[in-house]
Amino acid sequence: MSEDMNKPLTDLISLTIDGQEIEAEEGQTIVQAAQKNGIYIPTLCALHADKENGLKYDLAPGTCRICTVKANGRTTAACTTPVSQGLVVENDTPELNDLRKTIVELLFVEGNHFCPFCEKSGSCDLQALAYRYQMLTPRFHYAFTPRKVNADMPKLLWDGNRCILCRRCVLAIRTEEGEPLFVFANRGDKSTIIVDTELIQDISEELAQQAMDICPVGAIIRKEKGFDTPFGQRKYDHSPIGSISSISSDMTCSSGENKTGGEKS
Amino acid sequence: MSKPIIATASLAGCFGCHMSFLDIDERILDLVELVQWGKSPINDIKTFQQDCDIALIEGGCCNDEHIHTLREFRKHCRILVAVGECAIMGGLPAMRNNIPIKECLEEAYLNSPSTSDANPDKIFPNDEELPMLLDKVYPCHEIVKMDYFLPGCPPRADLIYGALVALVTGQEAELPYEVVKFD
Repeated sequence: MSEDMNKPLTDLISLTIDGQEIEAEEGQTIVQAAQKNGIYIPTLCALHADKENGLKYDLAPGTCRICTVKANGRTTAACTTPVSQGLVVENDTPELNDLRKTIVELLFVEGNHFCPFCEKSGSCDLQALAYRYQMLTPRFHYAFTPRKVNADMPKLLWDGNRCILCRRCVLAIRTEEGEPLFVFANRGDKSTIIVDTELIQDISEELAQQAMDICPVGAIIRKEKGFDTPFGQRKYDHSPIGSISSISSDMTCSSGENKTGGEKS
Repeated sequence: MSKPIIATASLAGCFGCHMSFLDIDERILDLVELVQWGKSPINDIKTFQQDCDIALIEGGCCNDEHIHTLREFRKHCRILVAVGECAIMGGLPAMRNNIPIKECLEEAYLNSPSTSDANPDKIFPNDEELPMLLDKVYPCHEIVKMDYFLPGCPPRADLIYGALVALVTGQEAELPYEVVKFD
């Protein structure tokens, strides 16, 4: 969203997530507060800035709704809802997890997600959420929507079959002058990402890698780097998304033993 | 009580799921104690001798013979299990779903480097013995009701074995994290 969400704030307020009392800074979103306190709320569009992903500020586009929680009994996106004093948040509940599983299923049937031969398979956040919620198959019919692929550029290819329109690349992947390399076009079910084919010509290796890394699916892929991590060593091969070993930095999150939930004690 | 009968079929698949099934290795001896075999490419029984209890279906439907076979299985089997990504969502063959069928055939039989010279009369295979291609590749559950789904490409042998034993013994299948994968 904007940078002012990340500037240091002083006033601490308290709220509860699944009964656990936590402290947060005023102006933080529920997702940010949970992150600071080691509570996992799944996200596909919101992204916490850290050394690994090289982001300067947290992203919170509010597009994917996977982070849906109940705040004071009302369902809302946790990545766009600010914390408030005494807020009661429900997060890791059977009802919300089933809702999130439904969103994952809808994303799977809306695009063309061919996991078996996707370069991102094993390190894909969407797939990892399907694993976390034990999706064996989507309960909806596959749409087989025609989507475009743009491989006509150096270093990167963009595959619309896999894009979930999360808006991360639009917000974060920019030239040094701040010009976006990816932008949204059209509306509704015609929405798509288009790539600035001129600016992308001079993209650095680092920026290309960052673009692939922050993409929660396999829509942005580095050329000549596909399948370079063997089975068994990929991000989500051994532990579910949201468990200690799949979270970077110094977070202290719940262990992977709990298949469907994050921190809950 | 007689042992439950298991059948298998490979539709628009690569036989990888059947190979993965055979990866249960020596556990096949345990399985033989639990079940008996009906129609399957593994034993080469081509027609249903009797109704079966469980059928493992590999692959989706890309031609009319697949649809016929799948409907036969639905008619003769109590439980149908979609095994693998192709049965579940079309898999690799479904990559053609966004390309018009005419373009696919032209690319395969007229324009590709290996066929452009070899097919001077520009013939598409059209013998009446050949099944007709469908407009697109359909997941099995869009043709008949499927009862269970085992994802993977191929599903791990442990997953197939665990699911079969669970079905035969009436227990709930365990789904360990490292065994349920889509690739």
